[in-house]
Amino acid sequence: MPDPASSPPVGDLAFLVHNQGDDVAVAVRDTDPGTTTGAYLVSGERFGIDVREAIPLGHKIALRDLAEDENVIEYGVPIGLTRCPIPAGTLVHTHNLRSARWRSSV
Amino acid sequence: MAQQRLTGYRRADGRVGIRNHVLIIPVDDLSNAVAESVARAIPGTLALPHPYGRLQFGADLDLFFQTMIGTGANPNVAAAIVIGIEPSWTERMASGIAETGKPVAQFSIERHGDLRVLEMAARAAARMMQDASEISRVPVERGELLMSIKCGESDTTSGLGSNPATSQAVDRHIAAGGTVIFGETTELTGGEHLIAARCATDEVRKKFQRFFDDYLAMIERTGANLLGSQPTQGNIRGGLSTIEEKALGNIEKTGTTPVVDALAPGERPTVPGLNFIDTSCAAAEFITLTAAAGAVIHLFPTGQGNVVGHPVEPVIKLSANPVTVATMSEHIDLDVSGLLNLEYSLTEAGDRLENVIDRTVNGRLTCAESLGHREFALTRLYPSA
Repeated sequence: MPDPASSPPVGDLAFLVHNQGDDVAVAVRDTDPGTTTGAYLVSGERFGIDVREAIPLGHKIALRDLAEDENVIEYGVPIGLTRCPIPAGTLVHTHNLRSARWRSSV
Repeated sequence: MAQQRLTGYRRADGRVGIRNHVLIIPVDDLSNAVAESVARAIPGTLALPHPYGRLQFGADLDLFFQTMIGTGANPNVAAAIVIGIEPSWTERMASGIAETGKPVAQFSIERHGDLRVLEMAARAAARMMQDASEISRVPVERGELLMSIKCGESDTTSGLGSNPATSQAVDRHIAAGGTVIFGETTELTGGEHLIAARCATDEVRKKFQRFFDDYLAMIERTGANLLGSQPTQGNIRGGLSTIEEKALGNIEKTGTTPVVDALAPGERPTVPGLNFIDTSCAAAEFITLTAAAGAVIHLFPTGQGNVVGHPVEPVIKLSANPVTVATMSEHIDLDVSGLLNLEYSLTEAGDRLENVIDRTVNGRLTCAESLGHREFALTRLYPSA
């Protein structure tokens, strides 16, 4: 985690994370590849995120390398299983994440 | 923000409403035409056209009557006219509403025809409008107002902003002694254990789990792929990937208090606090059921911009999606997009929402009311005979 004192101004925030330990962050604006700022929703604590592909507003980015068939954690709870390996810094959505609950929706 | 004095309409059965509608209620699809003619003839009255009420039977018929009677009995309604094709079911619906003590008149079309019914019902409706205009608002307590909550066209901004803001209002309403209804049974999938853990007693937990398991079993029996339906295409466009992710965002709006009861569709809550109601997640069906359960005000957080309203229960919309609040501003009562940039605290967002709630209680039209959104959608359990 970087020093919060060196955080950029409020308007530069690109991602929010629900819980400490979540595997994904949500883009709060359209974000281009490069180094950006994320924050935890409750504490407001900030940290850097390396973005490797464009992430539209509201879409998720992987905060770590995820293996195939791995549980993805958001809100501190599994939100589904990876369909394939997902590298850190790339988009997480229906193309590479599936429900573990809707059995026919694979 | 200064607390406003809340005012409303105290009905004969003791319940409190925030609107003063005169409804023209068709019992069945055949009676829609004359019901709508009456509403056109007498300005200010409100017809509730719907496609059902013929050859329904068993539990599906019971739910139909419960929903129609509950809507007429809702405290936001001052008086009601019931029009049906034949007298028997017309009487059943009218007498159910009349149990509240409010004025009800009934007319049937067979042996009269639309035009005679139009004249008789319009004369009654005109008198009801005049009488309703003399009912005054009186001071009411926050805890007397039955509130419902449901989100729609959710996206990830719902879980980050508009739903947590709603949560603030839910906790405050319950702290004031009030009751809040939430539901959306399938939309708890992946987070149902979190709701089960919040059930106040083992009995409530069992009731909740049974509603949940039955709904899931019904879906699994179809063998259908729900992706695109639940989550919806709008949810997916907004970044939600799975039902689990949608459910966890959904649950963010339910506050922090225990779940005190689990209700069947349309059932009236009897225990103050947070009540679960077994419902579909379709917005108009949900609000139609909560209005039938007596809810007088609805909080509706949205991501991509669901535009739903209801004829009887005002729907307050809030959104944290900056694109939605910019492109659909006429639909959004409260912009909480600043939560995404951590510009202000959740408590402050809760204060802003409370202000909008209080103004709406006191008579301010919601965006959906001003735009004429009056979606009324009956839940069916199975086909007609």
